[in-house]
Amino acid sequence: MASDTEKETGLVFHPMQQFEVSPLFGDGPVHWYTPTNVTLWMAIAVLAITALMVLGTRGRAIVPNRLQSVAELAYGMIHKMVEDVAGKDGLKYFPYIMTLFMFIVFGNMLGLLPKSFTVTSHVAVTGVLALAVFISVTTIGFLKNGTAFLGLFWVTSAPLVLRPVLALIELISYFVRPVSHSVRLAGNMMAGHAVIKVFAGFSAIAVISPLSILAVTAMFGLELLVAFIQAYVFTILTCVYLKDALHPSH
Amino acid sequence: MISLLQEAATTVVEQSQGAAAASEHGGATAQAAAAAGEASAPGMPQLNFDTFPNQIFWLAISLVVLYWVLSKIALPRIAAVISDRQGAITGDLMAAEEFKQRAKDAEAAYDKALAEARGEAGKIVAANRAEIQKELDAAIAHADAEIAARVSESEKRIREIRDSAQADARQVAREVTAQLVETFGGQVDQGAVDQAVDNRMERALQ
Repeated sequence: MASDTEKETGLVFHPMQQFEVSPLFGDGPVHWYTPTNVTLWMAIAVLAITALMVLGTRGRAIVPNRLQSVAELAYGMIHKMVEDVAGKDGLKYFPYIMTLFMFIVFGNMLGLLPKSFTVTSHVAVTGVLALAVFISVTTIGFLKNGTAFLGLFWVTSAPLVLRPVLALIELISYFVRPVSHSVRLAGNMMAGHAVIKVFAGFSAIAVISPLSILAVTAMFGLELLVAFIQAYVFTILTCVYLKDALHPSH
Repeated sequence: MISLLQEAATTVVEQSQGAAAASEHGGATAQAAAAAGEASAPGMPQLNFDTFPNQIFWLAISLVVLYWVLSKIALPRIAAVISDRQGAITGDLMAAEEFKQRAKDAEAAYDKALAEARGEAGKIVAANRAEIQKELDAAIAHADAEIAARVSESEKRIREIRDSAQADARQVAREVTAQLVETFGGQVDQGAVDQAVDNRMERALQ
């Protein structure tokens, strides 16, 4: 089908090609241990975060420089979020949430570089992140509250007749959390990048190309916003889930 | 789907190879291309489950490394920096507050000292005034006494002078009277003359 369009109009659309997982060296099959572009971009993300958070703060200055300010801003934002949403006892899990936020925001932002690979556009990655949150939050909930954690599903403020129905709905919504949590992030990343690619494909036609470049620029700006917002949303939802686990009463 | 792909692949291969290519050779390449096309099937690479273990493996490693870096190095350091800064700010504010308090105290002490000095000065002035007044009083009293003494002395002298003048006058009057009486040929009775002069003078002095 793609070849048909290619033949007829001279346009090349491969919007999904950017998401291919391919080995870094050679053309072999992708085993679980093969270094792939996933490895490369995750490593770049980890190194970039380390550069910002460790090298940026090595001055330990009372009056921070620009890099240290950014690191402190990120720290302050997530720290405040955890404290505000999950409460003081949620601060114990702050490093974990900070890791999630930094990884996602850097994955999203680095994915916006031309020719890069967006690790957070894959449900395999976001799914693992969301499942890790889901499993750890559920475990924390049961460890902290015991069976009282099940009170999360038993809405005591509702009339008794409605409670079983509500419990069922709550239970379903609870188990849908990791799905929505992961698909929201991956879907946003994938859609934005694919749209940019499609707009870029149109630039092969001379008449449309100025418009196409304008559209790509606009989309890129929007995607910058989305990249940050989705990382923020993922993190704040994690905090909300954590709050549910720590204080399951409605 | 796959048949469509095969068709497409065949077309592409035929185009690229040209019409002169041998038919069986072209067919073999088409099959290879079709196989390649199947491997990178258009669709979502996200749903290609073959790459899942790879992604999950590298994700796990990345997250562990990142968690270690953040929780062991970066976050404690940033927390320390932020609390240091907070401490420095609080310390500075407290120092400023202390200095302000000290300035206030100094001002109060100054005011107090000033008021005390004023009071002291007032007291000294009053004491001096009292002393001067005392001295003055003493001097005045002294002067009064002296004046009184002099006055009494003068009065005494005046009296003496008057007395002596009276005595002299009496003497002269007696002598003159006696002389007169002698001149007129009378017998001078010294007692009667004295009596008459005394009577006369008594009346004159009154």
